[in-house]
This record gives sequence, structure tokens and C-alpha cells, in this order.
Amino acid sequence: MSTPGDVAGEAWPLYEVFVRASRGLSHVHVGSLHAPDDDMALRNARDLYTRRNEGVSVWVVRSTAITTSDPDQKGAFFESPAGKNYRHAKYYDKSAEVPHL
Amino acid sequence: MTLTHGSSATSAPATGADEAELQARFDALIEADQRIEPRDWMPDAYRKTLIRQISQHAHSEIIGMQPEGNWISRAPSLKRKAILMAKVQDEAGHGLYLYSAAQTLGISRDEMTEQLIESRARYSSIFNYPTPTWADMGAIGWLVDGAAICNQVPLCRASYGPYGRAMVRICKEESFHQRQGFEILLELSQGTPEQHRMAQEAVDRWYWPSLMMFGPPDDESPNSAQSMAWKIKRFSNDELRQRFVGMLVPQAEVLGLTLPDPNLRWNEDAEQWDMSEIDWTEFHEVLAGRGPANAQRIQHRRDAHEQGAWVREAAAAYAEKQAARDRAAA
Amino acid sequence: MSPQPPANERRSAAAVDAQYEAEAAEAHGDVTVDELDLAAELAGAGGTASEDVAEYALRLGDDALILSQRLGWWISRAPELEEDMALGNIALDLLGHARSLLHYAGTASGRSEDDLAYWRDEPEFRCAWLFQQPNGDFAHTIARGVIASAYMQELYTALSTSTDATLAAIAAKAVKEVAYHRDHAVQWTLRLAGGTEESRARMLVALTDTWPYTDELFRDDALTERLAGVVPAPSSLRPAFDEVLGAVLAEAEIAEADFTNRKIGQSSGGGRHGNHSTHLGPLLAEMQVLARRHPGATW
Repeated sequence: MSTPGDVAGEAWPLYEVFVRASRGLSHVHVGSLHAPDDDMALRNARDLYTRRNEGVSVWVVRSTAITTSDPDQKGAFFESPAGKNYRHAKYYDKSAEVPHL
Repeated sequence: MTLTHGSSATSAPATGADEAELQARFDALIEADQRIEPRDWMPDAYRKTLIRQISQHAHSEIIGMQPEGNWISRAPSLKRKAILMAKVQDEAGHGLYLYSAAQTLGISRDEMTEQLIESRARYSSIFNYPTPTWADMGAIGWLVDGAAICNQVPLCRASYGPYGRAMVRICKEESFHQRQGFEILLELSQGTPEQHRMAQEAVDRWYWPSLMMFGPPDDESPNSAQSMAWKIKRFSNDELRQRFVGMLVPQAEVLGLTLPDPNLRWNEDAEQWDMSEIDWTEFHEVLAGRGPANAQRIQHRRDAHEQGAWVREAAAAYAEKQAARDRAAA
Repeated sequence: MSPQPPANERRSAAAVDAQYEAEAAEAHGDVTVDELDLAAELAGAGGTASEDVAEYALRLGDDALILSQRLGWWISRAPELEEDMALGNIALDLLGHARSLLHYAGTASGRSEDDLAYWRDEPEFRCAWLFQQPNGDFAHTIARGVIASAYMQELYTALSTSTDATLAAIAAKAVKEVAYHRDHAVQWTLRLAGGTEESRARMLVALTDTWPYTDELFRDDALTERLAGVVPAPSSLRPAFDEVLGAVLAEAEIAEADFTNRKIGQSSGGGRHGNHSTHLGPLLAEMQVLARRHPGATW
């Protein structure tokens, strides 16, 4: 399975829902729902996840369309950044006292 | 172990040394108060416990729509009608959030629905009690939702990520449920003598069942210790029940209503509420499906599901035709 | 696995409370309900209606109230849980319109929205027959919904520029919500008509049963003539309505001959003057039963 939750053979497929809470923010995953097709998924998402003004924009995507990293490969997949401190401004302490740097 | 990253089939079952290492990693995450996420390895028993608990919780929300839905058509003012409709609708929403969370553990909603309508799944026995008067809308909000919130707030920190996130959303939305119930009772209590009597009788009906919602006493609750170790559950049944009673006592005074337990008093020495023995025989009767409304609740759900089948099939068939049309056009 | 304290070793209430509060605070760190800026519950509150405008508002308010009362039944009975949500939202929108309109209607006679909803008898109601029709199966609810929402969309669009400021304010809020109701009904009309053989057959039966209640919505009468310039003439809304319905039915591949029944024709529907279908009485009896058992009570 490509994403948790997708179970083959359901009458209506599973969709993942992303909501932009307000302008200037990213869409954030809020949960999932079932719908017969993309059009209805969007409407169902509006009815289920924005009853209290939670959003100004909604994305829906079929759960099967999401490709995820493998949690068992966590070490190998996410190890590389560790130790590359030079990617962070904090690493450069000699310039710390210099204004506007 | 796969040689490539990205999308892959579900990890093969781990064996031997592998499993010990995975178990150690899982234990360390729990110990560190980290969350377990859907594709992480987890012990089978943990997965099963969660599926059982989350799906039961979802079923409870869905069945719980009925005792209150019963009064939407007869709500005594348009404002109360709107509030009640919004509340019952919220419960459908909460059921959906929870089914979503359960689905991340590998069980489909269709399967959970089948379990419910074939009476193979449990739901909170409280919803098997009938709602003969409008005051029951108040008592359910104040006592049943109150007890539910007490139970649910700690679940926001449950170790399984999707469950905790669903509970955060639910707790936020439920904050109005208890308040509206309290206000219904307050209006009735301060209304005509007949309204006041209606309110007191509803509190008498729902008080004990709401205390039973916290589950059996700690020394008779076989699954509790494991759930607490896994940090799915964070307080014992009796701890939460005590806490709940402590909140009710001053609220009942504001309402001008009596809690139906003559032995209820604060015990200074033991730092706890003394109360009468709960009649668990009734609880077990209701739990075993012999509650007054059990058959009716399940039948209602089954009817909705079966009578909706042709609609669900129609929508799926339409989607399939549209997709075929799009493929042909491409 | 971490060691478990024996279950009977009770922590002090204060210790439990402290941990509980701490956890609740963490879990709810971002809840700001008290800072919410609550929008007005009733649109256009503040104005006082003339007798004619009150009578007109009563018609619209009753249409919305009765349809909302019907749709509320679906909550816990819809074909899928997602549809419980959708129909619930629509019913709540309509109830909001009803409350605003009845509140305004009541200003002419010193009555509240609840006085009007709960203490009028059947002949005093002014809803058209379409809104009284039973839910039937889901197809009937959708057929009623598509006609009702297409009508309301044209009505509220026109009314939002009314010279009556209160009606205009109520219509301006309602028109946006009704647009979504229409979209919902259209989406389902397409799916039922284009889904399975069974769903198409049911959709055609539903349209056949519901269509006779269309004409009543567009009939002018003495009241709407007296209010010319303040409210749109019902007949003036018909062309736009026909155009919308025509487009939907064309996309659903339904011809008018598939559902118009020449033997039955259009209902004479006297709802605007208090002559109602047999469906309204039981609906009102149920809606009003509790309130009427307690005269003078507040809730």
C-alpha cells in the first residue's frame, strides 16, 4: 500500500484532506474521508473539515496517489543532514557579533 | 528489507532479532513520550487494541447521534433546534475523524460498518438508554458529554498520532456540547415547576450511567494496565470518575438540581469522593446488548446503510463512467 | 515496558487534577474560543417590517423552515456519513434563513420567531407545497432540493438588491449559502441520473412526483403586485430558473418528456394563502408538540 489507510475494494475510495487555515499559511493535512470521486471529495471535505471557519482553501487527493518514505528506512533516509551543521546560520560563530549578518 | 526507497509494499513481518530490535525502538519511543505514526512498526497487540478502541469510539459517536436526533424535529425553540442539529451533526463528524484514524491501522471503514450493523462491535452502552423528554437533551450534554470530555482530554496525548490528533479536533468541537446541555438544564430548572421536575428526573436517569462511562473499577479492569503502559490511556478509570464527580458537585448547585446519591460527600482524610456503590449488574446487562434500545439503535443504523446502498453504488458507477470517458478522451 | 503501579494504589485527587490540568493545557494549547468574534446569528436584525413585507417574509421564512424541518430527518439516516454532514449543513443554513425571516416578519405584529414557528396553526402558514413534500427516497430529496435551490438562488439574487434593507441583508447572506445547496443538488442529480439503471429510474420517478409543485413558486398575486419594486415578481424569476434546470437536465441526459406527466399537470398549490397539502399537518404537529404543551415557558 502506498499510504496508510488505503484499503483496496472499498465502495468509495479514501481521500486525504489538506486545509489552508488562512492566507499566507501552507495547506496542512487534517484527516481523510470517503467520496465517490474528486468533485464530491472536495465538497465532502468542505462539509466535514470547515464547519467552523477552519479554512480558506481545501485540497483533496486520492490516498493511493501519495507516495511515502519507508519508516523502516528512517535511519538511512534521514541520516544525511546530521553533522552538516554548515547548513545552519548558527554554525558561523565568528560573524555572530557583526551587525546585519 | 527493500533496496530502494519510496513507495513499497507493507514491510514484511519482522522475525527473530529484527523483531527484538523493532520492539526496542517502539518501547523507546513510548518511553520518550514520542508518538507512534501509521507506518511505524508496532506490536500486533498494540495495533489490535487501538483498532478496537478507536472503532468502538467511532461507533459510539455514530450511534450516539440517535438518542438526540430523536428530538431535532421537536426541539421547543428554533435556536435550540439549530444547536441540537449542529451537535448531532458534529457527532457524525467525530465518527468520521475516528474512522479515519482507525483506517490508518489497516482496517477499512466498510469493514467497521459491517461489524457495527452485524452487532459484532461494541459502542458505548450509554447510548442504549432512551430519551423520553426534552430534558434528556440537557442531561446528555451536561453528564454524558461531560464524562466523555473528561475521558477524551487525556486521549489528545495518546501515543498513537492519528488518534491523538483526531481527539484534539473532537475536544475542541465538543467544548460547546457540554455547555449547551448545561444551559438547557439551567433554563428548565429555573422555568415552570413542570420544567424543573423534568430536569431533575433527567439528571436522576443519566447520573449513574454517566459514571459508568468511565468503565469498571480499576481492580476489575483487565485491559487498563496495558493501555496505560502503552500511553494510550493516561489516567485510571477511578481517577477520572473521581475527577468528574468533583466537577459535577458545584455545577449541580448552580443548576439547583440534586445528584441522586445520598452518600455522596468529600472525604477529607482519603482526599476523595465517597459515593454509593455503582450497580454494575445493570451496566453488564446493557453492555451485553440487552439494553432497552440496543436493537433499535442497530436497526436504525442498518436501515440507513442498506437503504443508502443504491445511492453509494450509483455514485461509484457514475465515477467509473466518468473515468472511462476521460480515458477515452485522452 | 514501564512498571505499573498496582491498580488499587490510588493517587491523591489533587495529584490527578494537577496532571490532568497540565495535560489538558498541553493538548489544548491553541484553543481560543473566547476570543472568537462571533458573527451575528440573525441576518438583518434591527428593521421593522410593514404589514405587506411581513406577510412576504412569512412566505419565505416558512419555505425555509419547513424544508429545514424535512432535511433534519436525514441526519443519522443519510446514504453515507459524509452525506449526513452535507444535508445537516444545508438544513442548518435553511434554519438560519428561516429564523432571520420569521424574526423580521414578527416585527410587524410584535411576535417572536418562535411565536410564529410554534403558535400558528396550519392555515396561517404560508409555505409553498414543494417544501412540504416528504423526503421520500434520496432521489426525491434531491429532486425537491434541485428545484428548491434553483428557485431560491434566483429569488435571493434578485432580493439582495431590494429597497427593503432588511430583506436585502438577509438575501445577501442566503444567496451564497443557497448557491452551495444548488451545487449539492446538481452534483447528485447528475450522479443519480448517470449512475446505475436503478438510480436513473428512481431519479425519474422523483422528478415526475416533484415537478408538479414547480409552478406555484412562480405565481404572482395581489401581495407581490403591491410590493412591486420592493420584491421581485415571482414570475420574473422563471426564465433564469428554466435555463438552469434545462442545463442540469441536459447534462443528466434527461428530457422534459421523461418526467412531466400530462395527466397530472401542475398542482394548484395554495400554500401562499394557507391551503396546504396533506403533508403539512403532521409535520407541524410534530414540530410544535413540545412547545405547545408548555405555554409561556422559555427554553
